[in-house]
Amino acid sequence: MTKYPVNKIILFSSVDGPGNRTVIFLQGCNFDCKYCHNPETRSLCTGCGLCVPKCPVGALKKEEKDGITHVIFSPEKCVGCDTCIHTCPHDASPRIRYMTAAEAFEVIKKQMPYIRGVTVSGGECTLYPAFIRELFSLCKEASLSTFIDSNGTYDFASDPELMEVTDGVMLDIKAFSEKDHLAVTACDNKKVLENALFLAKRGKLFEVRTVVVPTLYDAEETILETGKLLKDHAGEVRYKIIAYRPMGVREAYSHYPVPEQAVLQGYAESLRKMGWRDIVII
Amino acid sequence: MRPITMERVEQTRAEILETIKSPTLTHEQKVAVMAKEADSLLEVLDLPEGLDELLNESIDTKCICDLNEGHAPVRPRYIIPDYAKFMREGSKFLQLDPPKDLFEALNSLLIFYKHVPSVTNFPVYVGALDELLEPFINDVDEETAKKLLRLFMIHVDRTVLDSFSHANIGPKPTKAGRLLLEVEAELEHAVPNITMKYDPELSDDDFTLQAIKTSLRSAKPSFANHRMFVSELGEDYVIASCYNGLKLGGGSYTLCRLILSNIAKRAESLKDFREKQLPYVMDIMARYMDARIKFEVEESGFFQNNFLAKEGFISQDKFTAMFGMVGLAECVNILMEKEGKEGRYGHSKEADDLGVAIMEQIHAFNEQHVNPYCSVTGGHFLLHAQVGISDDRDVSPGTRIPIGEEPEELLDHLKHCSLFHKYFPSGTGDIFPIDTTVHKNPEFLLDIIKGSFQDNLRYISFYASDSDVIRITGYLVKRSEIEKLRSGVAVLQDTTELGLGATNNCRIEERKVR
Ligand code: SF4
Ligand code: SF4
Repeated sequence: MTKYPVNKIILFSSVDGPGNRTVIFLQGCNFDCKYCHNPETRSLCTGCGLCVPKCPVGALKKEEKDGITHVIFSPEKCVGCDTCIHTCPHDASPRIRYMTAAEAFEVIKKQMPYIRGVTVSGGECTLYPAFIRELFSLCKEASLSTFIDSNGTYDFASDPELMEVTDGVMLDIKAFSEKDHLAVTACDNKKVLENALFLAKRGKLFEVRTVVVPTLYDAEETILETGKLLKDHAGEVRYKIIAYRPMGVREAYSHYPVPEQAVLQGYAESLRKMGWRDIVII
Repeated sequence: MRPITMERVEQTRAEILETIKSPTLTHEQKVAVMAKEADSLLEVLDLPEGLDELLNESIDTKCICDLNEGHAPVRPRYIIPDYAKFMREGSKFLQLDPPKDLFEALNSLLIFYKHVPSVTNFPVYVGALDELLEPFINDVDEETAKKLLRLFMIHVDRTVLDSFSHANIGPKPTKAGRLLLEVEAELEHAVPNITMKYDPELSDDDFTLQAIKTSLRSAKPSFANHRMFVSELGEDYVIASCYNGLKLGGGSYTLCRLILSNIAKRAESLKDFREKQLPYVMDIMARYMDARIKFEVEESGFFQNNFLAKEGFISQDKFTAMFGMVGLAECVNILMEKEGKEGRYGHSKEADDLGVAIMEQIHAFNEQHVNPYCSVTGGHFLLHAQVGISDDRDVSPGTRIPIGEEPEELLDHLKHCSLFHKYFPSGTGDIFPIDTTVHKNPEFLLDIIKGSFQDNLRYISFYASDSDVIRITGYLVKRSEIEKLRSGVAVLQDTTELGLGATNNCRIEERKVR
């Protein structure tokens, strides 16, 4: 049974899809978004050990195994001060749990009947499609709905098995033009836009979302162009407009201005004119 | 009637004079307090031996509390008139014919409310307003209907001056129910309290979502597990006062409560508590309640003479009584300490198991005790998780986890509730302040309601952590009114004073926000 790196599990969430959901955050991401709000989910731990002596309660320990250094984490000691993730120079976290899909499902089961479903997020969870496929099959047997939170780099069209067990995808549109997308994420967005259309046509695009970061890229163009691209599905898909906030962002990128509410309202108004009905600003 | 000392007479006279001079009580509040003071001079009940030492003690030692019901009950504590019958037949005593349209229906109800007594002198139940008004709701256009409902609700808020008064809606969606919710969301009133009876098959999601959104504006409605109540009390149950399940056309003669933490303090050990102290106090409280009920039924003349009984809006054979308790959390913690054990209520399985065992013992006692005037509930009282009073110190309501010690995860909190709610057909409930800046998703709460009721919770309430109307323990108060009273200004509703006491003493504002 393959084990996968789980950064954390939120038992009850109101912000990761419809209703109340348990959310599994997988570790690791293939984008490098400047404004990333959870940079500690981006990479896997290298075992460098820098965070170990910084932990105030001794919840971290170094251990050699087969000539490789591992960091062992004792959750019962941890006080959640986040010193370790702020120390880590590799955008990793020593608090990762390695779990099989079946083990993750055991955690999910405890929230029944209070939850409507499960969302897998990240990092970028589609780096581990086998995990999602297996987990969602178990969820389906238990009548839980299944959502993916993704940056849209995975080729969903090539994985019918995954599509079969997935009820909806929440897709980030980081920027619309390739130039902007490169500036924000250091990657191109051809696949992202293809996925947006593919998922929308299949009725599996639950939400698209854009983080508005003044001066970093052209958010207005991104929202309007995305609105146009998906206009045939504007009645079914939610558009979530998210204001950039410096909390949690890496120091080098925490200097962007926070957008004004009126500007965000203006974007929402433009979307409404195109026929979008479900628009959320946060 | 037994004689009393002159000293007590003098002391009561001084209290009455103090009431008359009070700068913060309204006229109506003074009259109500003076009536209680006068009543305290009577000695007519056949009291069980040993009661005095358990009842008339300071708040940190008394083991039984009768919630100021007085010495000679002039009426049952809670009265639940059958308003539907009034709508069908009118009332001879009130000289009212059955209403023929929405104008008359609302006017008749407002008149009726002024003639429904209770321990607070205000009606604790104002009816299943959606069902009562639905037949009339299409008499006028929607805008007029809404305006009429709005005026009606303002009238109730300003004249039924006590937020123990309770309206019910649901489980089925109705136009009247929808309009009432719209009005309440706009008014943000403390009175009346409202419960939506929720049944996953009868209540549709749209209606329930509207109720949830309303509760995040005005801290009501709360949500009652309809199936659970129906299975215990039958279809004709209502939710009245704080959250009390009672029979329509009946009510509760009395409510006394065990202060479990103080009983635990008396005990030498867990064994002593279980085998001696708790059984001793329960027996005396039950017999005290028997004495109160006997006086109400056999001597007060209420059921013979009041028009509610004479015209059949209530009938004595639908009444029961509420056997209450508070402070299970503190009781368990004290007993764990006495046993040299570490676990705390709400955080350790051993402590929670002890809580369940104590509830089983109280339940078993109640099933053994028979009162001839409670036949509607099988000859037994109904257990009630009392919500506390503002004088309480270090006593959590019913079986609630103390404020400040709530589990980190909401899931664990709900799971804890599910251990205890089943014991209390005449009411229990838990309250969750919600951070609405995070949770802009009412379906999140809908899922929690659905899950809770599948998991045997009985009753839950939400309010937005930044709302003006907040739920104190079971009743509602406006923060802005508490502030007025704090600064020494008289306020309209008597429950504001209770709310002020509770925010000072019971850390209401420190509840864990979800
Ligand atoms: S978050 Fe936990 S593991 Fe990390 S430094 Fe703080 S206590 Fe140690
Ligand atoms: S979490 Fe970061 S700092 Fe700690 S051992 Fe892993 S890579 Fe090094």
